[in-house]
Amino acid sequence: MIKLDVVYFAWVRERIGLAKEQVETEAKTINDLVAELSAREERYQLAFQDMSVVKVAIDQTLVSLDAPLDGAKEVAFFPPMTGG
Amino acid sequence: MAVRVQAEDFDLGDEVSKLTDGNTDIGAIVTFVGVVRDTTNGALLSMELEHYPAMTKQALETIDQAAAKRWSLNASMIIHRYGDLAPGAQIMMVATASPHRKDAFEAAEFLMDYLKTDAPFWKKENFKDGAKWVGSKAADEDAKDRWKA
Repeated sequence: MIKLDVVYFAWVRERIGLAKEQVETEAKTINDLVAELSAREERYQLAFQDMSVVKVAIDQTLVSLDAPLDGAKEVAFFPPMTGG
Repeated sequence: MAVRVQAEDFDLGDEVSKLTDGNTDIGAIVTFVGVVRDTTNGALLSMELEHYPAMTKQALETIDQAAAKRWSLNASMIIHRYGDLAPGAQIMMVATASPHRKDAFEAAEFLMDYLKTDAPFWKKENFKDGAKWVGSKAADEDAKDRWKA
């Protein structure tokens, strides 16, 4: 079991209904974490239903969905960036 | 090489003066300013810029350093605002200073292309009758990919 700070931005944040939470999980990868959260509550399922439009960062670095959670402190979920 | 993330507005002229600051090796300066555009003929109330504070500065610095490695630059700068911005407001700027115009132009385009896809900012348009998140464009990814050749 690991403890993660999970943060959400933009419409991912709005669908889940919060900006930050602490999650205790058995997940080994981002994919596992997404599946675990989606199974917990519908609002996660709603946010994560199409992962092709969700980006993920571990400790402020962009990673792919199969990235391992070993040593991760903060996981962020957000839509593709639209700055500039 | 400088990066700033701020709520406040900026003055392009002041920033360029600070950037060049008496450096007489500079032969070319290119600047770009992004502005809140209303495409709806007056229905846009504001554009909300959200960002990921813990990640933003580092992401912009990575982009800025990549440009400095690739082109001959005397100086470069990225300023990006966050918060609620009115139509017509300045959102962000990049400036590049180089001995030669080609480097200054290309580096400025490179900074913009990477910033669009790699810097953690999100835009939400607030209209009189609701709000909408601005979608990302496949064209932005394509624009970035041309630098990978």
